[in-house]
Amino acid sequence: MIQSSQPILALKVEDLHKRFGAVEVLKGVHLDASIGDVISMLGASGSGKSTFLRCINLLETPDSGNITVHGETIGMTTDKSGRPMPSDMAQVIRLRARLGMVFQSFNLWSHMTVLENVTEALIHVLKMPKPDALDRAQATLDKVGMYDRQDYYPAHISGGQQQRTAIARALAMEPDLMLFDEPTSALDPELVGEVLKVMRALADEGRTMIVVTHEIGFARDVSNKVIFLHEGAIESEGIPADMFGNPESARFRQFLSNTLH
Amino acid sequence: MDSVWEYRNLLLSGAAVTVQLALASLTLSVFLGLIGASAKLAVNPIFRRTANIYTTLVRGVPDLVLMMLLFYGGQQVVNDLGGATGWWDYVEINQFIAGVWSIGFVFGAYMTETFRGAILAIPRGQIEAGISCGMTPLLIFRRITWPQMVRHALPSFTNNWLVLIKATALVSVIGLHDLVWNASTAGRSVREPFSFMFAVLIIYLILTACSDVGLRWLDRRYNVGVDRA
Repeated sequence: MIQSSQPILALKVEDLHKRFGAVEVLKGVHLDASIGDVISMLGASGSGKSTFLRCINLLETPDSGNITVHGETIGMTTDKSGRPMPSDMAQVIRLRARLGMVFQSFNLWSHMTVLENVTEALIHVLKMPKPDALDRAQATLDKVGMYDRQDYYPAHISGGQQQRTAIARALAMEPDLMLFDEPTSALDPELVGEVLKVMRALADEGRTMIVVTHEIGFARDVSNKVIFLHEGAIESEGIPADMFGNPESARFRQFLSNTLH
Repeated sequence: MDSVWEYRNLLLSGAAVTVQLALASLTLSVFLGLIGASAKLAVNPIFRRTANIYTTLVRGVPDLVLMMLLFYGGQQVVNDLGGATGWWDYVEINQFIAGVWSIGFVFGAYMTETFRGAILAIPRGQIEAGISCGMTPLLIFRRITWPQMVRHALPSFTNNWLVLIKATALVSVIGLHDLVWNASTAGRSVREPFSFMFAVLIIYLILTACSDVGLRWLDRRYNVGVDRA
């Protein structure tokens, strides 16, 4: 039963810890994302924001903490040598299909065309019939402005076009939540705008998005919540108007002045 | 050259043995190469070490030496084992089987390196993209790793195959009636060794030229989406 007083969250992350060797990258990070939230995660490089995002779909295995996607908590256990691992890999694989991920370096499959990149998981993961997958893929490509380039291979299109294709690949799965890992950081400055425009359109549609980014403008104008990570912990969080209008945290003020100037 | 024509059936049957030997050895070497490459890329250090011993050993020893060791030594081991256990009497290893095992074993080591490099050449991000879409490891291998691995492996695979065809000539030493053995026997009996070896040369050239056509087709097929360097 879904209680009316407690609307179900798109994503709930509780007390997430992650350690790489001697370095504790995440020191107990929390996050609540309601349906329709657009959350920007800011932070200097090495603050753990990308690792946090990669823990959500278990590309990295967190050491401890709970991840709950649409009310379903990912079960964790430990292997023989005491390292954490998912207790039910089938559950993880199923949930991953509901979390669309967009990478900094696009990661398109280079032996497939733009269209094939989008239909691949529709056909082989969601088991959609081919004609339906084709329709949905083309409609999604149209949305990101890549319909005309659907027969191109990734090597033959620009970085901005590749990233828009990668967004279409994630979007076509109709995920509950989209994760963006610095989607514009690998792009030439003149190509950043076209990708941000697509992301802005998704936000306007009411998609739930978590965006790790260095784009202060996007964080301020598009997201409804901003989280600032510092050395693996949440230093400051709030609505953009408060965060940018009157930053309480000295570190966040410092970060902003470094980024803007 | 008239005598060569007279003995054409002998040469052709030898060529057929050579082709069969090459294809059977190739199959075994690809199989061993895939296992070896997986072992080399495995997390488990025992697998990695075993695969390293295999490739280091094979690549550091002449093929002919290894072949004779496997043929004569293998025969002795099998018979000693039969004598000790009483399960079988004297067994003579078939030369064709011995040839396939030794060539397959040697080229399996080369294929191991070929496939290992080909898998490593696939950007990790493409695998992560597959994982994030909810693909199972098997699906990722079938749809993402395999097609790209074949493309990266083809140049080195082509090279291995051509060397392998030529290496089949070595098995005439252990008495398999292949192209070289038949030709040199016939050449000696009619006292025209040069003509016969010249015919062998031509036949080998035809074999390698035919494989070139086949490999080019594979190359085109697996190189979609990539600019030729």
